Amino acid sequence: MQLTGAQMICESLLREEVDLLFGLPGGAILPFYQTLPQYPKLRHILVRHEQNAGHAADAYSRASGRVGVCVATSGPGATNLVTPLATAMMDSVPMIAITGQVPRAAIGRDAFQETDATGITLPITKHNYLVMSAGDVPRVMKEAFHIARTGRPGPVLIDFPRDVLTEKAEFQYPESVALRGYKPTLEGHGQMIKRAARLIKEARRPVILAGHGVIISGAFAELRELAEKAQIPVITTLLGISAFDEGHVLALGMPGMHGMAYNNWAIDRSDLLIAVGMRFDDRVTGRLSAFAPNARVIHIDIDPAEVGKNVRVTVPIVGDAKRVLHALAREVEQATHVDWIREINELRREHPSDKVRESSKLLPQYVIRELSEVTDGRALLVTGVGQHQMWAAQHYHFKEPNTWLTSGGLGTMGFEVPGAMGAWFARPDKAVWSIAGDGGFQMTMSELATMVEHKVNVKFAILNNNFLGMVRQLQDLFHDRSRVAVEYSGNPDFVMLAQAYGIWATRVTERAQVRKAIEDAMAVDGPALIDFRVEPEENVYPHVPAGESVAEMVEGPTLEGEAAWRR
Amino acid sequence: MAAVNGHVHTITALVEDRPGVLTRVSGLFRRRGFNISSLAVGASEQPNLSRMTFVVHGDEWVVEQVTKQLYKLVDVVRVNDISHEQVVARELALIKVKASADTRSEIIQIVDIFRAGIVDVAADTVIVEVTGDEEKVDAIMKLLKPFGIREVMRTGRIAMARGAAATGAKPASAPVAAQSAPDTEVVP
Ligand SMILES: Cc1ncc(C[n+]2csc(CCOP(=O)(O)OP(=O)(O)O)c2C)c(N)n1
Repeated sequence: MQLTGAQMICESLLREEVDLLFGLPGGAILPFYQTLPQYPKLRHILVRHEQNAGHAADAYSRASGRVGVCVATSGPGATNLVTPLATAMMDSVPMIAITGQVPRAAIGRDAFQETDATGITLPITKHNYLVMSAGDVPRVMKEAFHIARTGRPGPVLIDFPRDVLTEKAEFQYPESVALRGYKPTLEGHGQMIKRAARLIKEARRPVILAGHGVIISGAFAELRELAEKAQIPVITTLLGISAFDEGHVLALGMPGMHGMAYNNWAIDRSDLLIAVGMRFDDRVTGRLSAFAPNARVIHIDIDPAEVGKNVRVTVPIVGDAKRVLHALAREVEQATHVDWIREINELRREHPSDKVRESSKLLPQYVIRELSEVTDGRALLVTGVGQHQMWAAQHYHFKEPNTWLTSGGLGTMGFEVPGAMGAWFARPDKAVWSIAGDGGFQMTMSELATMVEHKVNVKFAILNNNFLGMVRQLQDLFHDRSRVAVEYSGNPDFVMLAQAYGIWATRVTERAQVRKAIEDAMAVDGPALIDFRVEPEENVYPHVPAGESVAEMVEGPTLEGEAAWRR
Repeated sequence: MAAVNGHVHTITALVEDRPGVLTRVSGLFRRRGFNISSLAVGASEQPNLSRMTFVVHGDEWVVEQVTKQLYKLVDVVRVNDISHEQVVARELALIKVKASADTRSEIIQIVDIFRAGIVDVAADTVIVEVTGDEEKVDAIMKLLKPFGIREVMRTGRIAMARGAAATGAKPASAPVAAQSAPDTEVVP
C-alpha cells in the first residue's frame, strides 16, 4: 500500500492504539494536519501553547498507563516542547512527540523556523529520530512506541521534514522491532531474590521505600502482598504516592526534605531498606553520607544505572517491579515486626507532621485536609510545584492507585493546568482536582480556554498566597528573610478571570467556607475554580535543608499554637 | 597489560553505525561530567557496527556509571571495561617537525630508535608517523620538540584483547555499587 509519510504516521498511531493527540499546527507540520480528517478515529485537541500539549500528553500517559502523543511544528513549536520532554524524561513517562521539520534540502541552512530538534532534545528524551525518508516511517514509529513504553519508560521525539510527510512509500507496519542495543531486563535474578528474602528475614527494622516504578508497572497488589506478608511498613516517595493505600495500617506516607519527620527518623533507624522503583533522589536522601546509616539496601529497579548510582546496595535486583515483587512476596517468610511498628508509631506521636495544627487562619494544609475528606481520598490530584504541591502530598489521604500526578524530578511549575487537562482525558470518570499555586497557574492558564471548549471537568483549587511561596520560604528560612522577586502584588482576580472563560468560580477567605466551596465546585457540571486566599506566610514543614541530614530537620510549629517552635 | 594507571580505564563500546551516535555518546560524557582523555571511533569487523575506545579517568564508581549509562543509549550494543584484561593498546600520531639539511639526519636517528617512519619530506619540514602506546608517543614528541613541532595529530587509544577471545566477548560487569556516590551540592 503506497501512502504519504503523514498517512503512515496516522496509520501507525492507530496501530499503537492512539486515539488522542494534543497539538498546535504550523507550516512544517501542516501536511500531517491536513491528513488528519482522513482519520476520524484520531481525535486532536488544539491547545493554546505547545508546552501545554506536552504536559497534557505526559499526564495522559501517567493517568492512563498508555502513551500520550503531542504534536508541534518546527522551530518555536519544537522548542516549546523542551520543558514537557524534560519533565517526562525525569519522571520516566512514556510519551511521543511528533514535530515538523523544514524540508530535507533546507536542513542545515538556517531556513525559516529551522531548529535542530533532535540535537536540542538529545539529553531530555529516551531516544529521538530525524526521519529522512518516508520509507523509514513505519519502522521508526514502531521503534519509538516500543522504546517509549518498555523498560524504564520515557519520551521519544520524532522529527519529520515537511517533504517526508508528503513523500509516498510502501506502508507495511512491522510486527516487531529489531534493536540489538535495547533489551530491558524484566525478570529479577532468582539468586538475588533469594538473597533479598534472606535479608528480610534477618531484618528487625525493615521499611519499604516505594517509588514511581511501582505505579508504572502496576505492582499495587504485589507491593501490598509483600508488605502484609512480612509486616513491613511502606514509605512512598513523592512520585510513589498512591502506590499504596494510605488508609492501610502499614502506610507511612512521604519521606525526605518535606516528608513526614517520623519517616525520616524511621529510615535513620532502619536496618533494611527495600527500595522499589525509586532512585534515591537527593530530595529523599539529603546528605548521602548520613542517609540510613544503619541500613542494608535491597534495590529493585528496571534501570540498572539507578542501582548503585547514589547509595551502596547490598542486594541489587534489576527487573520490572511487578514481577520482582511477585517473586519476592512468594519467597519471603511470614513475619511480624511488632516492636518496630510500635517504635514507628511512637515516632509518629512525637513528630506528628501528618497532622494539621489548630489555627483560626485559613491554612493551606487545612484546605487539603478538607478536600481529602470531602472526596474521601478518591479524587485524582494534579499539582504544580512549590508549597501547595508539598501540602497536597502531605495531607491528602490517597486511597486509590495512581491518583497523584506531579512533576517530581524536574519540578515544573505550570504542570497543574495542562496536567489536569491531560489527566481528565485519560480518566473522565474521576473527580480530577488541580492543586495550583498562583504562580504556576499563571504560567499555563491559557489552557482554560481549551478546557472550556472540550468541557474538561477539572476543578481548580488555587492555594493563593500571592507569593512564589516555596522560594519565599527559602528566603525566609535561609536568607535572613530577604525577599527578592517572590511577591506577586498584581495578581488578577482569579474568580473574574475564570468567569471571563465562562468557568464557575468562587473565592474562599475563611475556614468555614472551605467545605461548601468544594462541594459547590463538585456540583458544577464542567470546570470550576476556587480561589483559596490562604495564609500567605505559611511554611512547609518539616524542612530538611538541602544537602543536610535528618538531624538538621526543622519541624516547625507545634500542633497547639503559632508560637512554639521545635527542632 | 593495559594501563590501569591509578584511575585510568580503557573502555570499548560496540555501537550502531548511525548518524548522531557519536553525538549521543560524547553528549553523555559531557552531561554526566565523566572525564575522558581520548575517544577513538572506527568501523568494526561487523557490518553496520562501529567500535569506540574511550580512556576514562575515575574510580570504580565512575566506570560503573559510564558503563551503565552507555548501555542506556539505544544505539549502544555492547560495552567492555578492558582495563583489567590483557590487551594491546596503541595510538597513532603524525608529527610535523621543522627539519633543515643540518637537523634532518638527527631526526631520522630518533625516528629509527622509535621504529617510527618519515612519511613526508618537504623543503623545511618532515612528517613523522609513530605508533605505540601513549608513553611512546609522548617520548618521541619530547625528543622532537627541540627541533620545532609544527603540528601534531593523534588518534587516541585503540585497544584489543590479546589471544583468541574477541574484545567484548563478555559484557562489562562492573561491581554493583562498589561504593556510594560522593555527596555533592544540590539545589536548595
Ligand atoms: C518553571 C519553573 N520556574 C521556577 C521554578 C522554581 N520554583 C520552585 S517553587 C516556586 C514557587 C512556586 O510558586 P507557586 O506556584 O505560587 O506555588 P507556592 O509555592 O506558592 O505554593 C518556584 C519559582 C520552578 N520550579 N519551575
